[in-house]
Amino acid sequence: MTDSQEAEPARRDFLVLATGAMGAVGAAGVAWPLIAQMNPDASALALASTEVDVSSMEPGQSIRVMWRGKPVFVRFRTDEEVEAARAVSITELPDPDARNANSDGEATDENRAVPGREAWLVMVGVCTHLGCIPIGDVGNNGDYGGWFCPCHGSHYDTAGRIRKGPAPENLPIPPFEFISDSVLRIG
Amino acid sequence: MSGHSTYVPSTGFEKWLDRRLPIIRFMHAETSGFPCPKNLSYFWTFGAILTFMLVVQIITGIVLVMHYTPHTDMAFASVEHIMRNVNYGWLIRYVHQNGASMFFIAVYIHMFRGLYYGSYKEPREVLWILGVIIFLLMMATAFMGYVLPWGQMSFWGATVITNLFSALPLIGEPVVQWLWGGFAVDNPTLNRFFSLHYLLPFMILGVVILHIWALHVAGNGNPTGVSVKSKQDTVPFHPYVTMKDGFALVCFLIFFAYFVFYIPNYLGHADNYIPADPLVTPAHIVPEWYFLPFYAILRAVPDKLGGVVLMFGSIAVLFILPWLDTSKVRSAAFRPLYKQAFWIFVVVCIALGWLGGQPAEGGYVIAARIFTFLYFAFFLIVMPLLGMIETPKKLPESISQSVLEKAKALGAGGSAQPVGSAAAPDKNA
Repeated sequence: MTDSQEAEPARRDFLVLATGAMGAVGAAGVAWPLIAQMNPDASALALASTEVDVSSMEPGQSIRVMWRGKPVFVRFRTDEEVEAARAVSITELPDPDARNANSDGEATDENRAVPGREAWLVMVGVCTHLGCIPIGDVGNNGDYGGWFCPCHGSHYDTAGRIRKGPAPENLPIPPFEFISDSVLRIG
Repeated sequence: MSGHSTYVPSTGFEKWLDRRLPIIRFMHAETSGFPCPKNLSYFWTFGAILTFMLVVQIITGIVLVMHYTPHTDMAFASVEHIMRNVNYGWLIRYVHQNGASMFFIAVYIHMFRGLYYGSYKEPREVLWILGVIIFLLMMATAFMGYVLPWGQMSFWGATVITNLFSALPLIGEPVVQWLWGGFAVDNPTLNRFFSLHYLLPFMILGVVILHIWALHVAGNGNPTGVSVKSKQDTVPFHPYVTMKDGFALVCFLIFFAYFVFYIPNYLGHADNYIPADPLVTPAHIVPEWYFLPFYAILRAVPDKLGGVVLMFGSIAVLFILPWLDTSKVRSAAFRPLYKQAFWIFVVVCIALGWLGGQPAEGGYVIAARIFTFLYFAFFLIVMPLLGMIETPKKLPESISQSVLEKAKALGAGGSAQPVGSAAAPDKNA
């Protein structure tokens, strides 16, 4: 031991590093369950789909459905609202992406409305800024006649696209399908 | 922790204990044996007030938990149960609720004191940084505590603040869902906030101990900013400082009691007496008053990530404050330009606080942008620059000398005394 002063520290260093590395891996392994337990649990994931009967809706009417603890706006738009949404060119939009979980593409009204039911709009009613619920009532629905978020002043148009204010993205469209003429399944 | 212990165990038990666990020696060194500058003003009493407030919040909090139910279906009702049914529940809850505001009033005075007298300067940088950590922990604790009654403001405050993290590129959404434990603020969120709201005060207590430790290494600052040079400059902590702290605390408690007994909801929001409704956002969401300046900075920026970065930056800048201030002179009393800048900064903070409570539109947003600029300009432009261009006034040679000169200026009999005789602090002279 005394005559190998060069080799001995190197071996020690290796043992210290190897032990330290194993300890770090072990600590990370123990930490992971403690961190991951905070992710959405099985019961939260089980609520991931919801069904709603929309047969009684009239043009101009809007309902809110709870899905994953968030409101989903289902809006049966009037012809004027659809026309207003279609008249906007993509270049005017702060967010040109459709934000549609069912299809990709630009944020045209066609890419955001329900396929085959162009007057219908289904989207998550949570402002993409900081999560408030935008207001869609006539008279208080913003400069573009769609939705207005009272928290920090974001204006959405009649296709739920952000037009003005701090929100960075269009209101997202969740995965959904009409499983019959009258029943909409979200999620 | 500084200097030699003057403790002499007197009784037999003390002698026995001192050889086994010298805890009385330790307490003696940290309290009655700790020398303090004799010119400390009432601005130096807020450390004691804050320590007291932390204890008040912990005790009332522990008691409230005996009656509170952390569940979305029952939380609101259990808080009302505390108010109506629990013996003295109304008192304990109002003390806890207003105690949070009092805590922040005291901490803001404490911080502005530090800013005015350069308490963050060498050798007290770590002391200051520990204080900023306490401030951050306080903000997290207060925010989570406000969520627990599960009223409208609780729910939407939690939604807006947790959504701040969604501004992070790429990892934003997974992080927010991890914080929520779901896809929106819901029962898992309430449960974990409750758990953390119980934990964080004890973490604050831990950092407070480090803060006091660091204080006792460097010693107190003082209104002149001149370091203690001899024993003439100091008085023992007990009874001089304990009495002064005690009197200030009583005055502070009168102020506190006025809020608790006469206007307990003045600092709160009526909307928080409406149970949380995930489908309806209140028309006007504002945080509690102590967050308003930071909220104004968040809303001043038209970009989501930019607003979040500036808001956190407004607190992060405090961490590097000791290195931003290039002046070697501690106290603003001897810095004519910094003194003016300081008072402008106080006005800027109050203006931001006021703007944070106004709707985010039109002129308010423009004003918030101007004041946000001024806020950062104070730290990033004025502080480094002033140290280079400012000519400070002549500093007194020692704390004793400054005390005597003040007495002389007041025309009191103290003027005839020689310098060495001013061992007892007679500031009222």
